[in-house]
Amino acid sequence: MAIIEVRDLGKRYGPRVAVDSVSFEVAEGEIFGVLGPNGAGKTTTVECVSGLRKPDSGSVAVLGERPADVRASIGVQLQASELPERMRVGEALALFSSFYPSPADWSARLGLTSHLKAEFGQLSGGLKQRLAIALALVGSPRVAVLDELTTGLDPQARRDTWSVIEDVRAAGVTILLVTHFMEEAERLCDRVAVFRAGRIVALDTPSALVSRVDGATRVRFVPSEPLDVALLEALPEVTSVSAVGEQLVVSGSENLLHAVTSLLARRQVVARQLRVDQVSLDDAYVELTGGRDGADR
Amino acid sequence: MVRIVEIEARLFLRDRLNSLFAVLFPSVLLLVLGAIPGLREPLPELGGQRFIDTYMSALVVFTLAFIGLQRVPTVVASYREKGVLRRLSTTPMHPARLLAGQMVVNFAAVILSVLLLVVVGYVVFGVDLPHHPLGLACAVVLGGAGTFALGLVIAALAPNARAAGGWATVVFMLLMFLGGVYLPRFMLPTAIQTIGSYAPPGVEALQQAWLGTAPDWRHLAIMGLVGLVAGTVAARTFRWE
Repeated sequence: MAIIEVRDLGKRYGPRVAVDSVSFEVAEGEIFGVLGPNGAGKTTTVECVSGLRKPDSGSVAVLGERPADVRASIGVQLQASELPERMRVGEALALFSSFYPSPADWSARLGLTSHLKAEFGQLSGGLKQRLAIALALVGSPRVAVLDELTTGLDPQARRDTWSVIEDVRAAGVTILLVTHFMEEAERLCDRVAVFRAGRIVALDTPSALVSRVDGATRVRFVPSEPLDVALLEALPEVTSVSAVGEQLVVSGSENLLHAVTSLLARRQVVARQLRVDQVSLDDAYVELTGGRDGADR
Repeated sequence: MVRIVEIEARLFLRDRLNSLFAVLFPSVLLLVLGAIPGLREPLPELGGQRFIDTYMSALVVFTLAFIGLQRVPTVVASYREKGVLRRLSTTPMHPARLLAGQMVVNFAAVILSVLLLVVVGYVVFGVDLPHHPLGLACAVVLGGAGTFALGLVIAALAPNARAAGGWATVVFMLLMFLGGVYLPRFMLPTAIQTIGSYAPPGVEALQQAWLGTAPDWRHLAIMGLVGLVAGTVAARTFRWE
């Protein structure tokens, strides 16, 4: 059964449409990624799921209820929300614990135990982020909404945070994860929704999104003698061919490499400096969100 | 709620400069002024009272205005600006409780400051104990409500913590002037004296409760009204994010 159900969600701020008929469902125990450029409606959507905003149209249900009625079951980590400068880590944890019926202490797992006396204003970005995660989980939520969890973290801290998220999921928590990092989505998410201009333009597993991209495989080589590009283009596996200096770049489907090497063998051409690239979720993302046009509308 | 008040109290105390200033400054100022012999002489302009006797109410005005207008608006506006209130909105606890906790702690500081003032005045300079303690309590509570509510209106309307601090300082200065903190009130024009007796935190009511017989109920009612109106405006216009 879906633990989060969003149907035809619409939200506008004055004349600006932030989210337009967005629908998706998240199953219990899933890590669901929300991707998209700035201003694509990601944060607005998760704010509606967290019960921070009321949808203008459509509906949002968490555990079958309105989010505002099940706040105790939803743990939220917000983008850019701080605590009073002089509040200590331990005090923040104690304060937030007091709001929930059955609090959980993630501070040890998040490496906060040695910082309990530190004041919020003196924490590094990484520690602030870890505290925000601990506070999101303090109420033993069934759903955790994490908005740009690892933005501002160094690569090591980011990897550490990912393993924490995997632990959280292992504890049975469903996670809605907003992210800018494709690597993060590929590593953590079971499914991702790609947002563009307030709508979902794709919703699938990360690997399915990648395979959707035309020319998912790319073969580059320098032919040992001139080769007629039309021969390559005639292959059914090939979607495009371009020449960069002496080098040929051939894009196409999964069986591209075999098709290209067979052709070269028949023509007795040797492929020098042969390289094969797979398209990553990054490329898929850029294609789905329309590259530059889609960003920062 | 107990936890909130406890943590707010700790935050208040941790901000030593501000908390010590709010609680101790009126008594310290009394000690300094009282050290000047001329201010300990009975004066005919003051109906035979000493300057320090009549200045007690101005010192209470200072406490109320300082806490209500220098602390309340900036703390509340910064909680909003930093997203503290927004973050709390996602928990089962309404962020209004954090503001309530903030008010409780600030009001406790007011009470502490006034009690200290009463003791120092009585012990060191033989200033009369408040003639009408209940009246003084009412005047402090209602004057505090009026001043705190003005502070909250500023916090509600100001776009950010900096602006809140700036606006509040202007109002703070004005109320200090009307409350006779800068100049003894008998030196001010009659019209300004009259305005001062109705402006929060209500210096006239404090004065009469301390040295007269009882505060004028009209002054108290005005303070209550200011608190009610300003409180309503603040509640209506308050933005949580």
